[in-house]
Amino acid sequence: MDYVIEMMGITKEFPGIIANDNITLKLKKGEIHALLGENGAGKSTLMSVLFGMYQPEKGIIKVNGQEVKIKGPLDANALGIGMVHQHFKLVHNFTVLQNIVLGIETVKGGILRMEDARKKVMELSEKYNLFIEPDALISDITVGMQQRVEILKMLYRNNEIMIFDEPTAVLTPQEIDELMIIMKNLTREGKSILFITHKLNEIKAVADRCTVLRRGKCIGTIDVADTDKETMSEMMVGRKVNLKIDKQPAKPKEVVLSVEHLSVKTKKEGHTKDLVNDVSFQVRKGEIVCIAGIDGNGQSELIYAITGIERMSAGKVILNGEDVTDKTIRYKNTHGLSHIPEDRHKHGLVLDYNLAYNLVLQQYFEPEFQRYGFLKNDKIYDYADKLIDQYDIRSGEGTATITRSMSGGNQQKAIVAREIGRNPELLLAVQPTRGLDVGAIEYIHKQLIKQRDEGAGILLVSLELDEVMNLSDRILVIFEGSIVAELDPKEITVQELGLYMAGSKKQVKEEEAGLS
Amino acid sequence: MNKKRHINLTGPISSVFAIVIGLLFGFIVLLFCNASQAIPGFFTILTGAFTHGLKGVGQVFYYATPIILTGLSVGFAFKTGLFNIGTPGQFIVGAFGAVYVGITFTSLGHVHWIVAVLVSALCGAVWGIVPGILKAFFNVNEVIASIMMNYIGMYAVNWMVKADKTLFNSMRNESKNVAVSAQIPKLGMDKLFPGSSVNGGILIAILVVIIIYLILNKTAFGFELRAVGFNREASRYAGIDEKKSIVFSMMIAGMISGLAGGLLYLAGTGKHIEVVDVLASEGFTGISVALLGLSHPIGILFAGIFIAYLTAGGFYLQLYEFSTEIIDIIVAVIIYFSAFALIVKSFMTKAARRRQAKREEKGGKGE
Repeated sequence: MDYVIEMMGITKEFPGIIANDNITLKLKKGEIHALLGENGAGKSTLMSVLFGMYQPEKGIIKVNGQEVKIKGPLDANALGIGMVHQHFKLVHNFTVLQNIVLGIETVKGGILRMEDARKKVMELSEKYNLFIEPDALISDITVGMQQRVEILKMLYRNNEIMIFDEPTAVLTPQEIDELMIIMKNLTREGKSILFITHKLNEIKAVADRCTVLRRGKCIGTIDVADTDKETMSEMMVGRKVNLKIDKQPAKPKEVVLSVEHLSVKTKKEGHTKDLVNDVSFQVRKGEIVCIAGIDGNGQSELIYAITGIERMSAGKVILNGEDVTDKTIRYKNTHGLSHIPEDRHKHGLVLDYNLAYNLVLQQYFEPEFQRYGFLKNDKIYDYADKLIDQYDIRSGEGTATITRSMSGGNQQKAIVAREIGRNPELLLAVQPTRGLDVGAIEYIHKQLIKQRDEGAGILLVSLELDEVMNLSDRILVIFEGSIVAELDPKEITVQELGLYMAGSKKQVKEEEAGLS
Repeated sequence: MNKKRHINLTGPISSVFAIVIGLLFGFIVLLFCNASQAIPGFFTILTGAFTHGLKGVGQVFYYATPIILTGLSVGFAFKTGLFNIGTPGQFIVGAFGAVYVGITFTSLGHVHWIVAVLVSALCGAVWGIVPGILKAFFNVNEVIASIMMNYIGMYAVNWMVKADKTLFNSMRNESKNVAVSAQIPKLGMDKLFPGSSVNGGILIAILVVIIIYLILNKTAFGFELRAVGFNREASRYAGIDEKKSIVFSMMIAGMISGLAGGLLYLAGTGKHIEVVDVLASEGFTGISVALLGLSHPIGILFAGIFIAYLTAGGFYLQLYEFSTEIIDIIVAVIIYFSAFALIVKSFMTKAARRRQAKREEKGGKGE
C-alpha cells in the first residue's frame, strides 16, 4: 500500500487521562485526510506525537514504510512533515519573504543571499496560486494571507506531508473557499494533507477519508463520499446530534438594552475613521438579536463600549431604562448584564485561578460568598460544584482544577455557566461557540435559546453564518463600524446575508429609520 | 463532597534543595580563598549562630526582622503581579519617619514607639504608592519607577538628616539616638534570649506575615489583588477596579518595607541612619528572601530567618582569617543559589508529573 504515514497503536497518557488510546491513523499519498473529533478528543495530542513533541508510551510511527523515531519538530521536518498551526508562528515585524526563509536562510560567507530564496518563493507562489507579496510585513496582511505564508513555508522546506490544524477557524467564508482550492491544488501536486477540524461541511467539501476520534479512542476511518454528515457527527459525539436548532418563534417583550448613536474613535495614530460609527439599536427581552459581520468590522469595539471595557467617544447605553453609559463595569454586571467575551483567555478567565474561583469571578464580593471581607470558601466551592454539575463542565480535579489545564470547550462551558448562572436580563454573547465542537455548540445554542425563552434579551455577535441564521430572531449587519441592514432571518438567504456583510449591498436610509 | 485541596510539598522541598546547592557552592568559594581553613570555616557558617547559645538565636531573630518584612514586601507585590524593587527606598524612608518621630515627639509617652512605627509604615506607603499610581494610570513600568524612588528616597533622607540640627549627629555623620520611649519594647524577648538585641519587632514582623497571608488567601480584597496579578484584562472584565488594585498593592508593599525600616532603627541597638550614598542592603536582601520563600508569606518568614542565620554564622568566619568581604561574598553566593528555588521547583514539578504518569500506567487502566 502507498501510505506516507502510518501511526499504529499510538497510546499516550497524561496524569488522569488517556489522551490517545491505541490509535491507528494511515495517510495515503496524495489524499486529504480529515481528523475529526471534539475538543479534548485527542487530535492535538496525536499530532504532537507525530511532531515529536510528545513521546508515545506505545505504538510505532512509519514514514514511507520505514519505522522512525521522531524526537522533536526538527526530526519531523527532516522527514518532510510540516504543519500550519492554529495560531500562526510568524514574526510580525518581518516581511513575508523573511518569514518563509527564517531558520534555513541561504548564507554566503556569513551574508544573507535573499535573491535565490526570493526566486524560489515566487515560483512556488505562482505554481500553487498563492499570490503572496514577498515584501509586505506580516502585520500588514490579512489573516488569510498569513495562512498562505505558512503554507509557503512548508512548500519552501519541501514538506511532502502537511498538517493543517483547524485552519478555517480564523477565516472569512470567502477565504475558506480559497483555502479549499489551495488544498486541492496541493494534493494534485502529490502532497498529502492531514486536516484537523470539527466542521463537517469542510470535510464534506475537500476530504477523501476521515478518521474520527472520540475521548482518546479511534472510532473509525471512513470514506467521506459514502458517509453523510449526520453519521459523522454521531461518530464524533457518540450520540445523535441535532444539527438544526428547534426553537419557538420569539415573543419579544419590553426593551432591555438600548444603544443610541454610539461611536468609538480609533486609537491608532493617523487613522481618523471611527471603529464604530453612530450605531443605534435596541434589544428586547425574549429575543435574540444577532450582529453579523466579517471579523474586524467593529463588532468587538461595539461590545467593549457597551460593557465598558473600552471607552466610547459618543453615544448612550441604556440598560433596563437606566442610563449606564458612565457606570462602572461592576455596576453593569450587578444590574442584569452578563457577557460571554470574545477572547476567553484574555477576558473570560483568570487562567491561573482554579475553576471554583473563576466561577465566582463576578460574585465573590456578594454577601453570599463573603462576610466582613473574608471569602466564604465553603459556599464558593459548593456553588461551583453546583454549576459544574448543572453545566457538565469536565475537568481533571473538579473545582480545584487550574483552568489553564482545561480544554477549550470546557473553559467556554465554564464561562457560559458563570454568565448564565447569574440569571442575566441581558446576555451579550460574543462568538460563544468559537473553536468548539459540535456537541458543545449544540449545548451552548440550547442554553442561549433557553435563556431567551426564560425572558432574557440576548445580543449575539457571530461570524458563523450558520449560527446567525439558525439562532437569531433579528439580524443587524455591521460593516465598517456601521449597521448597514436589519434583516429577518426567515426572509433572507445566506447568500444575501453574505452580500450585506461584505458591504456590497446596503439598505436604504428610509428602511433603516424603521428600527430606531 | 469535601473540597480538599492537595497539600503540595514541592515548594518547601525545592527551597531546601536550592539551599543545599547554595551551601555547596559557598563551600567551594571557601576552598578557593583558604583551603586549609575551609572545613572549619564552613562548619562555622552552619553553626556559628549558636556560638553564644540563646543570645545567638536572639541575634538571628534580630537580623531576621527587617529582611522578613522587606521579603514580604517583595513577595506580596509578586503575588499581585508587580515587581517591587523599591524596597531599599521604602525601607530608608520608613526608617527616617520612625527616627524623626522617635527624636522629635518625645512628649508622647507610652504610645511614642507605636506612633513612630506607624509613621514608618506610612512613609513607606507614600514611597510605594507613587510607582503604583504611575503604573496604574500612566502605564509606567513599576520597576523603573521604584528604582528612581530608591535614589530619591536615599538622597532625600540623607539631606533631611543633615539639614535638621535636632536629628543630626555631626560628629559621627549620622542621625542621633531616638528617645528611649520610642524604642520598641522587648515584649518578653529579652527574657527568652538574654543578652541579645532582639525585641518585640520580630513579633510584629510575624504578625504582619500572618496578616498578609490572610489578606492574600482569605479575603475578597486578596482575591481581587491576585486576580489582577494573574490577568489584568480578565479582572477588568469581571468588574474589578484594576487600577485601584495596583495602587493598593504597591502601597501595602511600601508600607511593609517602611515598617521594616522603622523596626530596625527603633530597636535601640545603636543603629543610626548614616549619611552615605548607599542603598539600604536590607531592601535588596528582601528580593532574595522573597525568591527563596517562593513569595509565600510563611515561606518568606522561614527564608528570612534562614538568611539571618547565615549572616550571623558568617560573622564568626573572621576567627578563621577570612576577611569580612569574603564572608559577604559567601553569604551572597548561598543566597544567590537559594534564589534558584524556582528553577528547582519547576524541575520537581516535571519529575513528579512523570512519576505520576508511570504510577498510573502500572496501576492498570481500569478507569
